[in-house]
Amino acid sequence: MSSIGRTLEGSVRRDIALTCLAVAFIGMSYGAIAVASGFPLWVPAAQSVFVLAGASEFLFIGIVAAGGNPIAAALAGLLVNARHLPYGLALPDVTGRGWRRLLGTHLMNDETVVFTLAQPDPGKRAAYWTCGLGVLICWPGGAVLGALIGSAVHDTSAFGLDAMFPAVILALIVPSLRDRATLRAAVTGAVIALATAPFLPAGLPVLLALAAVLLLIRERPTPPPEAPPERAAP
Amino acid sequence: MRDTTLVVAGMATLAAGTYAIRLSGQVLRTRISFPPRAGKLLEAAAVVLLAALVATTALTQGHGFSGLARPAGVLVGGVLAWRKAPFLVVVLAAAATTALLRLLGVH
Repeated sequence: MSSIGRTLEGSVRRDIALTCLAVAFIGMSYGAIAVASGFPLWVPAAQSVFVLAGASEFLFIGIVAAGGNPIAAALAGLLVNARHLPYGLALPDVTGRGWRRLLGTHLMNDETVVFTLAQPDPGKRAAYWTCGLGVLICWPGGAVLGALIGSAVHDTSAFGLDAMFPAVILALIVPSLRDRATLRAAVTGAVIALATAPFLPAGLPVLLALAAVLLLIRERPTPPPEAPPERAAP
Repeated sequence: MRDTTLVVAGMATLAAGTYAIRLSGQVLRTRISFPPRAGKLLEAAAVVLLAALVATTALTQGHGFSGLARPAGVLVGGVLAWRKAPFLVVVLAAAATTALLRLLGVH
């Protein structure tokens, strides 16, 4: 991979390193929270390597810890990860061929996509692999370290660890919430979830919040008198 | 943890499904044109799900209210995140606020 590092500017490499450091810290909070919620260390460790998509892992842990069905939690996680489909559509050919593509595909995540798309063309592949491999090391590494620290601390509520989980997720979605339509849908979804939480089984209120997405479908400015729904042009 | 087999099945579903999603975007890229609006809606759906998760984990415990300390900490974290404070500051401030309130006897 030595040729990869050379094609990137120093400032880009530094930004990628700082991002990976932040990913490691999120990983630590993830590992600590998972253990505090009653999961053994191997759960966050395995998830962080094989799923490698933080928000969906947090969601999975959150739903299962609240007593929700793990399969339903996985489906909710997949819905959160559905954004990787448009990522794959937007990325140029950076993953390569053969066995490289097997690994390269797995490295697709929010941070990697942001850095790759921002690079001028000759640097795109280098940015993708540098950031992708950095996240592959820092996310699981942080998660295991956090799980070890979390196991050593007994009364996690005294340290406010239970506030860390929602705060982490909130920090992750704040950039998207600056869009007003998205904010309105998110608040509506949160209200739906809170209103149904007292009497529905755990995990279900969060899924019901999806009804709020309907607001966005209606609200998006579409060209007036809309033609009957036809298939988009190929 | 509850039934380990079921949890492992859930983990495997999430991992395999996520890989399939990552792969399909690349495979489809050369074959179809995907309306950008659908991509935006998918992204918004993810944000709505996560916002609902924030609300329920911050405010509820089982089927009841979690008490004031936790949502107060999350609120402090949220305000800091909105003001573009570094991630680590956001998370530590949330935990510290909640811990401090509990130390003062607020639950």
